[in-house]
Parts: sequence; structure tokens; C-alpha cells
Amino acid sequence: MKGLILVGGFGTRLRPLTLTLPKPLVEFANKPMIVHQIEALVSAGVTDIVLAVNYRPEIMEKFLAEYEEKYNINIEFSVESEPLDTAGPLKLAEKILKKDDTPFFVLNSDVICDYPFKELLEFHRSHGNEGTIVVTKVEEPSKYGVVVHKPNHPSRIDRFVEKPVEFVGNRINAGLYLFNTSVLERIELRPTSIEKETFPAMANDHQLHSFDLDGFWMDVGQPKDFLSGTCLYLSSLTKKGSKDLTPPTESYVHGGNVLIHPSAKIGKNCRIGPNVTIGPDVVIGDGVRLQRSVLLRGSKVKDHAWVKSTIVGWNSTVGRWARLENVTVLGDDVTIGDEIYVNGGSVLPHKSIKANVDVPAIIM
Amino acid sequence: MSLQVPMAHRSKGGSTKAVILVGGPSRGTRFRPLSLDVPKPLFEVAGHPIIWHCLAAVAAVGSIQDVNIIGYYDETVFRDFIKDATKEFPNLSSIKYLREYEALGTAGGLYHFRDAILKGRPDRLFVLNADVCCSFPLGEMLKLFDDKDAEAVILGTRVSDDAATNFGCIVSDAHTRRVLHYVEKPESRISNLINCGVYLFATEAIFPSIKSAIKRRTDRPARLVSYPSSDNLETFHPASSGLNDDDDEERKNQVIRLEQDILGDMADSKQFFVYETKDFWRQIKTAGSAVPANALYLQRAWQAGSEELAKPSANLVAPVFIHPTAEIHPTAKLGPNVSIGPRAVIGAGARVKESIVLEDCEIKHDACVLYSIIGWGSRVGAWARVEGTPTPVGSHSTSIVKNGVKVQSITILGKDCGVGDEVRVQNCVCLPYKELKRDVANEVIM
Repeated sequence: MKGLILVGGFGTRLRPLTLTLPKPLVEFANKPMIVHQIEALVSAGVTDIVLAVNYRPEIMEKFLAEYEEKYNINIEFSVESEPLDTAGPLKLAEKILKKDDTPFFVLNSDVICDYPFKELLEFHRSHGNEGTIVVTKVEEPSKYGVVVHKPNHPSRIDRFVEKPVEFVGNRINAGLYLFNTSVLERIELRPTSIEKETFPAMANDHQLHSFDLDGFWMDVGQPKDFLSGTCLYLSSLTKKGSKDLTPPTESYVHGGNVLIHPSAKIGKNCRIGPNVTIGPDVVIGDGVRLQRSVLLRGSKVKDHAWVKSTIVGWNSTVGRWARLENVTVLGDDVTIGDEIYVNGGSVLPHKSIKANVDVPAIIM
Repeated sequence: MSLQVPMAHRSKGGSTKAVILVGGPSRGTRFRPLSLDVPKPLFEVAGHPIIWHCLAAVAAVGSIQDVNIIGYYDETVFRDFIKDATKEFPNLSSIKYLREYEALGTAGGLYHFRDAILKGRPDRLFVLNADVCCSFPLGEMLKLFDDKDAEAVILGTRVSDDAATNFGCIVSDAHTRRVLHYVEKPESRISNLINCGVYLFATEAIFPSIKSAIKRRTDRPARLVSYPSSDNLETFHPASSGLNDDDDEERKNQVIRLEQDILGDMADSKQFFVYETKDFWRQIKTAGSAVPANALYLQRAWQAGSEELAKPSANLVAPVFIHPTAEIHPTAKLGPNVSIGPRAVIGAGARVKESIVLEDCEIKHDACVLYSIIGWGSRVGAWARVEGTPTPVGSHSTSIVKNGVKVQSITILGKDCGVGDEVRVQNCVCLPYKELKRDVANEVIM
């Protein structure tokens, strides 16, 4: 089995974090985003993975070599010399995807969910057509492209309606697909949109089905959604009774959904949670209040600080009695001074903040 | 233990008295919401009522025995304060409160009580406005007075050119220090040397000056027949006189102020000098101005080695005043420039900086209070943050412009307010008995 992950560009939407690490390597719930996807593919029997990228960071190759060995799989980069949109990269990787007749998975690298690859494969085989799109139900379909089924058919897609004004359905494309290799015949090697060109053509030929996703789904491509996605992911761990979570019986855990790396240190009289992930080698001082936040590797939150809806970047330090909130994102090695208030600040790497940031701002 | 270092002054003979002008309840409106619960002169900064700092300076002169406090607050307002002060400053043998029946103006009040003031035939009279915060260099003013054989000495300080027109402006001869010209709140720039509201007058000069100012008023063409003359001013009372009730305009005319009505003339005709202080000086007008005043008086007490102040440590950045009955958790960090009132409780890991916490307040664990005044009996929740904005060094304003809107730089909670756990209050003024359960910024909360 084969899989292709659409990584794309520099991940500018997730800056300032992606100024330090390529987006697929940014840790989501203490694990690089792409590892969530690789592990899900491996457990569905995938042995060949293509990363469709339009740049080729060395750090990523080294990193992935480790996973090739660990899972005994083959990971290849398919580098676009010019942007090929969402379908073009499939054609570019045709050789690998066509190495055998088995269908291949396609994933948007920004999507986080309970990847249902085994069930998807079963369903795909059962309908026997060319392609299956994973769909998720949303509350406000008017913001997305909505899937409309053929009359009296539970899964065969009739058409797509982009940002519908009137209600036509609430299932949207979740960015996960399974295709037969024949789909590659439909795509030319030029910038092509899979959503706007390939899918409508396949629907026209009655070759496209939808598969309902159970559970959470989030595009975590930007900081606000990265935090929301973390909440959803941690809630799903709680629901599954995951042993990775810190037990709520721990005195400092408040409201559950707390994931703390074993190497992190927590001070006295803290109140942590709900929805907090704490990475390796993080140090939390005394009397610290954390909620709805992500603390990345090697960061430090000093005594009595109050942190909410914030991503604390690698090796960053939050001062005593500091208060961070409203989607504040600290890049690598940022220092927030004692008693400083930051409201929605995006702070670039290696900055030291000594005055309040009262209104959301980018600190260059 | 007094914050002042006693300093005996040897004058060239003749005695000196002092008057402290305190105004009245209708004057302190800019000190709201704090003046809703305590008369402004009795509000405590650096552990003592504002008026105490004036009185301590007067006591430190050494040669003054008689102090009159003039204002139009109720008689009972200063009773306890005077009782305590008489014990604390034994060399002040007489501290008396003289109540104006209504606002007579700074000079009108002096003139009204001239018999009481002139009793014992003092040669010189200090006049201090209670709403200023400064080092009160009264000894230096006396020395200048004697050296120049002056009839009046005014305390002056330099401010920025922009700020100067908000005050009384003094034009002086740089060499002789003689006052050449005085204008109250001029429209255009005249001088950046301003009136600090502290004066020393020869009694034989000040009372005739006020008298002639009143006479000028009276002589001015007026439609009134029964307008009071200077001679019967003392016994004149509008309610019992022939004045009609609708003669508010005339009542206002009766107000005689040193700044507007006297000092300008003195500059023309008298031996009038200015002593320029290089030390700190601030007005205490708005409630927020109590925070810089608190800081300046604490710094002064710290430099003087006052034993009233708390001992510095890892969690205590001097200067800090802590009332002996307050409870401070050892992990709380205080200072600099913090006053903690009686029975206040500061919880574990709390942080208080550049603030005044009044009596019976509770600051819960891990809370943070910066550039704020926490009113009597108020409660600040765990991990809450009550925060003002520091004003630039040397600024004489307590408001700042944020996003184009003028807001109070100091956050003030009135009496018995509550701030919920984890709630943030920034640049707000909160009237008494309010519970703040949500984050608020840049607001007045009624």
C-alpha cells in the first residue's frame, strides 16, 4: 500500500513556529504532526509514503530517515519545481504510486483526526469505484465546499457546492482520500486543483464516493486552530481512556485533558488544565496556572504566571506573574519578562519582551 | 517615628505660624471614587494621611507651635486626626481646625480667620495647600525669607513647557530670585517655573493685600447695594444678609483666591521671592495621583532611613510600608513603592508593585497588582491581575492615551469591590461595591 502526504510550502500560516521547524515537524500533542500521519498509514499497511513538498529541508530528510528505519518503510520526497496545486503533485509522484495496482491514500498534512484508514480501505473496496473522499459533518456548511449525494444513494457523490447559501447538506471534504491508480490518468502534469477539477469529473462519471468520519476533525494549519485541534485531540484521548494523559487524580490537574511528557517538571500549587500539553524537558514553577495551551520542548514557565490559549515555543521562558492569553504564540527562544501581559502576541524567535502587549500584535 | 528629620530653624526673631488649606467635600470630586468614602486630606499615602505629611514638615521646622487647618469639611472630620497629631508632634502646642461656613477661596478663608491666625502676633505665616506632595523645604524658604528681608516667598518648581500652562507660572529674576510676574494658568507659555502651592508671608503684608483685593472687588461697579465691604466680611453671611437667593454670581465673586487674586499684585508691589525646589513635587488631584505621591513619600522616607518601612529581602523590594496588623505570606513579593494598610491579607505567591492596598483588603494567592489602588475591604481573586499603566517619569498627568482614547493610567477599586479568580482589570476605575467577574479594560465601572 502507498500513501501521499500533501505538505506543500513553508507553512507560513503557522508562523512564528514554522520559522524554526518545517510545519510537519512541529509537535502536535508532543508528537511531530507528520508522525501522527505516518503512524496511521503504517498501521493501515502502507509501506511506501510520498511527501509532496515544494521545498526540501535537510532537517526533514534526516528526521524521516529515522522513521523509515523504525517502521521499515520507504519515504520519498516528491519536490515540485513549480507549485502544482492539489492534484499536480499526484501526477508528479506517478511512478511510486503506480508501482503496484493497490489503491493509494492522499492526506492533507494540516488535518488532524482519528485517521480511519482501515475502515476507509474496506469501504473503498466494497463500492468498487475509483475514489473515496472522507467527509466530516460541520455546523456551518456555508463556509465550506459541501458534498451532495446522488438521489437515493448513501455515498455516491453527485456534485459539490462551494459555500452554499441555502442548506444542501453538512458534509464537507475532510482532506483525506483513497484512490485507485487509474485516477492518475485523469490528471495532467500542470497546476491542477483536485477539488475543483478532478473531483467534479469523477463525480460526473459516478466514480466518487464519500465516507463519513466519526469523531473529531480539525485543520490545524494556523495557531488558533492548532489550539482548538489540541483540545479535540486531548478530549478524544480522554474518551478512549488513554494512559498517556496525566490522571485527573494528580493534585494539580484541573478539568482533565492534560498531557505531560514524563521529563517535564511541575512546581508546587499549580493548577493545570483543561486542555494542556506539556513537552519534554519543560519546567513549570510554583503557583502556575495553565489552561488551553501548548508548551513545547525545553520551555519554562516561572512561578505564579498565568497562561491561557497560548503556544509557548521551544526553549522560551515566561516570567513570574506574567499573563499570556488570546492566542499568543511565542517562537523559539523567546523571553517574556516578569509581570508582563501579552494579549494575542505573535512573537518571532529570539525576542525578549519587556513591555506589555495590550492588543494583538506581531512582535518582529 | 516621624518620616521627617527634625531641623531646628533659627530665625532672625519673631514667631511663625502655619496654615494648612484642606478645601471641602465639594472640592475633592476629582479624587473620586476614593473621596466617596474618605475626605481626601485623610487618605493615606506612605502609611499616613495626606495632611499628615504637611503637618510633619511644619513640625520639623522646630520654631512653629501653632497650626491652623482651614477648610469647609464638617467639624468632626479632623477631630481624631488632630487628637493623634497633637500626641505625635508635641512641639506643635496648638493644632486647630477652623471651618469656613462655605468655600471662601484660599485667601478668603485666611482673611475670614485673621483674628485667630494673628493671635499671639506672629510675624510670618506659612500657607500650605494640603493637596500637594513634596519635600516641603520650609527651612530653606525661611532662610531665603530672612536673607532677602522678604514680604513673601513662594515655593516653585520647574516642569516641562507643555505642562506649565496648567499651573500658576512664575517669572523671576534668575540672580536675585525676585518674583517679577505671576499668572495663574496662562493661555500662552510664560515660564516653566510653577507655583507649588506652598507660601511664606509676612503677616503685615498678606492681610493688607487680601483686604485691598476685596476692596477692589467691592469698588468695582456692581448692581448690588448690600454687597459686603471688607470690614464686615467676617460677620457677613449670605443666608442672613440682604442678599437674594439667586445671587450665586455674587457669592462666587466673594471667593478670594491667593493664586488668582493676590499673587499677581504681590509680584508688582511687594518684596516677593521664589524658592526653587529641585526635589520632587506633585499635585494630588485625581485619585490616581495618590500612587505617584505614595511612591515619592516612600522613597523620601527610605532615603531618610525611616524605621517605619519594611526591611528589604528577596521578596521585598524597598521602599514598602506594611501596617503592623497586615498579614503577608512569605512567598508574596512586594514593592517597590507599595503601601499595605491595616489588617490587609496578602496571599501566597501574590505580587504587589507600585500600588496602595487599603485596610481590610484581601489579595489571594498568585494574584498580581500593579500600578493600582485597592479600596478598603476589596478582594482580589487567585491569579487575578489588577493593573494600571506607569506614567512617564516626571509626568504631571494621571491619564494616558490608549488607542486614541484618554483613560486613567492607575487602576482604582473603590471600597468593598471584588475581582474574581483569574480576572484581569486594566486601566479601570471601579466605583464602590462592585463585583468584577469578567476581564475589563479602559472603563469606568459605575
